[in-house]
Amino acid sequence: MADSRPLSPHLSIWKWRVHMATSIFHRISGNALAFAGLILFVWWLAAAATSKEAYEAFAAVAGSSLGWIVWVGLSWMFFQHLMSGVRHLLMDSGWGYAPGTSKLTATLVFIGAVLLTAAFWAVFFFGPGLR
Amino acid sequence: MATDFQSASALKRVRGLGSAGSGVRHWWLQRVTAAGNLVLLIWFVASVLLLPTLDHGSVVAWIAQPLVAVPLLLLIFSTFWHARLGLQVMIEDYVHAEGLKLLAFIALNFFIMAAGAVAAFSVLAIAFGA
Repeated sequence: MADSRPLSPHLSIWKWRVHMATSIFHRISGNALAFAGLILFVWWLAAAATSKEAYEAFAAVAGSSLGWIVWVGLSWMFFQHLMSGVRHLLMDSGWGYAPGTSKLTATLVFIGAVLLTAAFWAVFFFGPGLR
Repeated sequence: MATDFQSASALKRVRGLGSAGSGVRHWWLQRVTAAGNLVLLIWFVASVLLLPTLDHGSVVAWIAQPLVAVPLLLLIFSTFWHARLGLQVMIEDYVHAEGLKLLAFIALNFFIMAAGAVAAFSVLAIAFGA
């Protein structure tokens, strides 16, 4: 720090509530998508455009056990960020600030993200495509 | 409803400036790109799930269609811009030394521009059959 001006109270001083977790996870998931998600997306596109061999090199990493862990994690981060992003947009419109509503939507973000992630993989393995 | 925020002074409201020293443009673009991401990424996820396979042949054949290549370019533009805005906020929150912050902003812009150029060029190369 360049100077020692007082800072506003940080993480340690607050009682943990679901709204905080939603907010913090919005940042964590956003950064996971902006780094890991973005880099893997670019690699996938560039490999597809380069050659069959380059694509198979990507597919080998993507299909490894570490790859599967990353895909499951990224899909969860994606739906988490999507759900809390929609909550942000609703609150930007002025809706959802009442304490009960705010707590309910913050909770629904976590439940919805897990359900959407499960639904995504269910369709991935048992849906009409990807045979 | 506790939404009638009156934290900005009259002059700040007139100029559109808040405590960040800049206007609402960053905040607004984050929302506009968020709306774009929502539509384009739901399309992308649903489309990928409906592909016959994820091997090279079916992915390239899918991207080569104009009605896939164009939305994919829009998706790259919207999501990469949104990522840049979000990462900028994180740098502003955690990097407090001015010089380091400036370097982080430059690195961020280079990263997003380079990644975006590679992604867009890849889509165009497939679409035009290069």
